[in-house]
Formats: sequence, C-alpha cells, structure tokens
Amino acid sequence: MAKNKSEGYLSAKESRQIAKANRKVINDLEKKRKRKKVPESEYLTTMHDDKNAVEFDNLHTYFFTDAGVVKSVDGVTFEVPVGKTVGVVGESGCGKSVTSLSLMQLLQRPQGQIVEGEIRLNLGDKAYDIAKMPYEKLQDLRGNFVSMIFQEPMTALNPVFRIGAQLEEVLELHNKDMSKDDMKKRTIELLEMVGIANSEGVYKMFPHELSGGMRQRVVIAMALACNPKVIIADEPTTALDVTIQAQVLDLLRGLKSKINSSIMFITHDLGVIAEMADYVVVMYAGRVVEKGTTEEIFENPAHPYTIGLMASKPVVGKQVDELYSIPGKVPNPIDMPNYCYFKDRCNMCVGQCDGAYPGEISLSDTHKVSCYRYSGNEKKGV
Amino acid sequence: MVTYDPQYILMVDELKKYFPIKGGMMSKAVGQVKAVDGVTFNLKRGTTMGLVGESGCGKTTTGRTILRLSGEKTGGQVLFNGKEVYDLSKKEMRALRTKMQIIFQDPFSSLSPRLPVGEIIGEAVREHDLVSKAEFNDYIDTVMDECGLQPFHKARYPHEFSGGQRQRICIARALALNPEFIVCDEPVSALDVSIQAQIINLLKSLQRQRNLTYLFISHDLSVVEHISDVVGVMYLGNLVEYGRTEDIFRNPLHPYTKALFSAIPIPDPKAKMNRIVLEGTIPSPANPPSGCKFHTRCANCTQRCKEEAPVQREVEDGHYVVCHLYDK
Repeated sequence: MAKNKSEGYLSAKESRQIAKANRKVINDLEKKRKRKKVPESEYLTTMHDDKNAVEFDNLHTYFFTDAGVVKSVDGVTFEVPVGKTVGVVGESGCGKSVTSLSLMQLLQRPQGQIVEGEIRLNLGDKAYDIAKMPYEKLQDLRGNFVSMIFQEPMTALNPVFRIGAQLEEVLELHNKDMSKDDMKKRTIELLEMVGIANSEGVYKMFPHELSGGMRQRVVIAMALACNPKVIIADEPTTALDVTIQAQVLDLLRGLKSKINSSIMFITHDLGVIAEMADYVVVMYAGRVVEKGTTEEIFENPAHPYTIGLMASKPVVGKQVDELYSIPGKVPNPIDMPNYCYFKDRCNMCVGQCDGAYPGEISLSDTHKVSCYRYSGNEKKGV
Repeated sequence: MVTYDPQYILMVDELKKYFPIKGGMMSKAVGQVKAVDGVTFNLKRGTTMGLVGESGCGKTTTGRTILRLSGEKTGGQVLFNGKEVYDLSKKEMRALRTKMQIIFQDPFSSLSPRLPVGEIIGEAVREHDLVSKAEFNDYIDTVMDECGLQPFHKARYPHEFSGGQRQRICIARALALNPEFIVCDEPVSALDVSIQAQIINLLKSLQRQRNLTYLFISHDLSVVEHISDVVGVMYLGNLVEYGRTEDIFRNPLHPYTKALFSAIPIPDPKAKMNRIVLEGTIPSPANPPSGCKFHTRCANCTQRCKEEAPVQREVEDGHYVVCHLYDK
C-alpha cells in the first residue's frame, strides 16, 4: 500500500473519499455562484493603483479532481498596467493559462474554482472583482472589454461557419443596434487591419481554406473586434513558423499602439518575451517566482529557475558545448512540498531553504523575487 | 549520377518526390505536389546536418524519402554507404532498416498506447534477432539506461510518462537497433525549453559515444545552430542554401535565409531588430512559381528571377547557394 502511494496510485476507496470531500466544497462554491440577482455592491471594488488595467491579488484557482486537489494557481499577485505589455513565462503546467482563464471566467466548472483572492478589473470609472462577478454580468465585458487570443488557431475557429459569420457574431452580441451592412463593413475593416489582403474573399471562406498564419490573424481580428482594453494573448505564435511569427508579432505591436490597450502575453519563448513585453512575470508550479521590468529580468535574473531557464535556451550566435538543463522535474501538483517548490531542482540552495515557502523580496521598486538567497539584500525602505 | 565517396555515409543527388493530386470521376492524377524537387547534399559520417525551413517546404518528406518510407521516389539517387537505397530487394531493405532509423516529432502519437515500454523498445530487436534470447533483457536495460530511463519503467505504458520521457523512449527505440544514421524529425518541437535542453544534450552525447550521423529536421534555428555541423535551408522543395553551420549563420547569402534568420526572436530586450519581414505565405507546391520559386516574396527580385531557375553554385569553400544574385 505504502509503495503504491509513493508512486501516485490511489485505491478506489481513497478516490471515493476524495471525491466526496470535493463535492462538498464544490457544491458550496457553486451555490454561491448560481444565486440570481447578485447586487453590484458585492463585486464592486477599488483598484490599488488607478494606472493598472488588471490587478491579480493573491489568486488561488484550484481544480478538484478525484485524485486530489490540484492547486494550479496558488497565490498569484501581479499587475497589468494600462497600455503596457506583461509577459508571463513558465513551463507547461505552471498555471500560466489557468491564470488567464480565471480572468475570463472560462475555467472548466464545477471542478475548476477560484477559491480565494481577487482579480480587479479597471473599467475607468469603477472597478469590478472578476472572482466574485456573476457569469451573466461578465458576458457583457468578455469580448468587449477583455478578450483573448487563443493558442491553437486550428481549434479556436468553428469549422462549419464562414469567417465573416464568426466575426460578426462578436459584433452582434455587443452592439445590438448595429445594422447588417455596418457589421459587414466593420468585419472587412477588421480583416484588413490584421493584414489580410483579400478581405472580401476571406469573409466568405471557411477556416480550412486558410493557412495557419491567416487563421491566427482571423483569431486576432476576432479578439480585437470591439476594441478591448485588455487583451490576453495565450501563446499566439507557438504554433506558427518563425517568419509568420515575426509578422504576427509586428501586427500585435502595431495594433497595441493604435488602440492603446494592455496585453497579457503568455508564452514559453523567452525571445518573444524580450521583444514584446515591458514587464515579465516568471511562474513556477502555480506561483510567481520572479517579476520585474524586462530589462531587470533579462540582465539581472535573480531566481535560480529564471537563471536556469535562460541558460537552457540555445541562442543564435552563442556557441556552447552543452546546454544547461535544470535537473529533476516539477513537483506533483497534488502533493506540493511545504518548502520552496524549486528546492529539489535548485543548485544554489542556502540553509533557510528547508523552511517555509519564501516570501517576496524586493530587489528594486519593480523587481521582486521569491528566494532566500536574497533575504539579506532587500532594498532599504521598501 | 554520383560516384561513391567512402567519407560520406549518405549521398543524396537530385532527389525528387512528387505526390499525385487525385481528382475527377476515375480518381486519376490531375496534378502533382512537388514536395521535394531536386535536393542534393552529402553527409559525412559522425556529423549532424540540420534541415530548416517553413512548414510545408518539404523537410519531413525529404527525411522520409531518404529512408524509403514514403513509397517510390520520383527521381534522383540516395546512396547509403554507397548502395542505392531504392534498388534494394525487400529482404536487403529489411536488413538495412536497422542501420537507418527515425525519431518522430510527436512523442504522444508515435508510441503505441497498448504496448509496455520494454516491448516498444525491444520489438524490433527481437524481430531482427540482434541479440540472443538470454541477453535480451540486459540489452534493453542498457539501452534504456543510456537514454536516461530506469529499468523498472519497462513494464509501464506510454501514458504514464511525461513528454520528455516519451521522447527518450522514442530515442531508445531507435538506438536499440544500433543504427548508423538517424533522421530526427523535429524531436524537440513539442517539448518545454528545459526538457528540450535535456533531449538535445542526450542526442549529442549519444552521437559522441556511438559515432552516429543525424539528419536533424527543425524549424527552430537556435536549436539547429547548436546541434548541427552543416545546415541546409529548404524552400518549397528545394535546398536554397547549404554549408557549414558557422558559414551559414555568419554569412547567410540567400535572401530567404537572411529573412529567416532576421525573424528569430533574440532573448535580449536591448537587441536591435533589423527585421526583413517576408510578405505573404509560402506558395502552393502544386503550382510553384516559375523561375526562382522564391521570387514572389523576394526583395531583390529581378526580371531574370521570374523567368530562369537559378542553379546551385559554390560561393565560398563548401558554401552553396541557389540564387541569381551570386552569379559572377
């Protein structure tokens, strides 16, 4: 029995017990969610800083599975300033995408739940806490104020509808009084904006008639249809070739300055981050391990994970005999250790690392790291 | 026709592979997709050749055609250790299969979900009678150990492994046959950065130990620069530039190579971008442009490029390019 447990196997009885306990928690949360006519005062909140478009504050998003509770996002705090691009990097499974899905309330419910924390969204004259907002209310903001560019342009489009119809759906939903002709005009305008030359033709096409790069442009056009203030780009270029990637990045940069929105850019490609982002957030196993401006992170990476990540990527023009590879693997998300999550893979451990998970240490006003190596070097007065 | 030179393990001359487009009532061929349209290169023993290019340019088909995995070739020659691969009988081909192996791109779909790992790795070894029955188990253990897998993994099934470990299983499967030449078809594209580094290091150390020859297909130029000795750049079924890695990266000649290299994102926020953005997308290989196939997207296009196809010429020692710009 003990042997099996260490390898992550569960007996049916144990699994049933877990499922029962989960159901209790989920039912409570779902009951709260499903109330009708939630007063606005319940999710009205104030921003800590008016210059931020989005503030994630101690966000916890858990998935209640029959094998145990997966803490996908476990206390994530960072801000997206107005008109800036924030890059989020990390390995697959570190909670990057779940963080963005929490902001859109697109989590797989009822298993996926925001159990703690706030996501404050700045609407200009007021601020809403997305974590507490009812689903129907968010429908008005989603696509309109916050929108998302998905990773797979192949699966993000519906194969049985024409491109024009799919783009018009977004416009129709958010602009009730728009006429059919105006909608078509706007759709063609959008297609031209993302650099599709044959916009009239593409309007009538089906997704399978387009190449990967073109499809990604359509997905971007769809996300930008209502001039959103916050754009979440979830690995928008991972599935594309370098030359097409360069085109899409150029396009996003141009559009950002045109409509002055904030972008949350999720990727695992450090090169893309360096090029696109103003601020960088490095995530590991559901937590933010380091954040700062792009210059700070790339010139002076502080957390051992960030340093390892930079060293393991081959760079054109730099010849090394052997690439650095971070030893070990990410801890099991169901059974996280109670010390620093990176300790078992870290080659720079100090004595304190056996203690509790390290708190956030400020190296400068913007550069923050969660690592005991810096506990003595805190910037004075912060 | 090329004559065999023993220093090269693989000699590919004007290799062509066309796929028919079937249409109409009787499903007869109405056109051809020229996936590989005249590729020529020689590969020295114990070295790595990187093959880069956009998706759909024929990189993978080149790899598969060399291994005789996609039916008959349309034209050209493939000499492996001096023997024409396509002239071998079924029996001879079967024996040769152990010498040339392939590692596929997607470690999730290239492993049978119904076989335990030991069987996946050992199946071909038993089939080819490479080791005696008594030694079989030990042999599989050694191969797995070389690839960084534990012996107790043998009884497990592929779904129990992470992406990086699955790619190790694929590598072990190829290595178990003791091959001389391995086609690596985007072996790290589906993996995370930190896992990528582990797999690349593994491939490099195995090459040193066993004097392996790789054909490394990838669209990630930084990985290709790291692992390859020579690099070939493909565009629409043609090898447009070919040479030593240092030469190609230091001094790219073909306009397509230049554009490709300028599109690599550099992980340094202060790096200056002098990007050559290619307009449009890769033309259809069923109906390639006349003359130089790249002329529709080329910034230096002249009238001559539209009419006359350029031929391969050696610009500096061992650095070949197919472009009218370098005509003397």
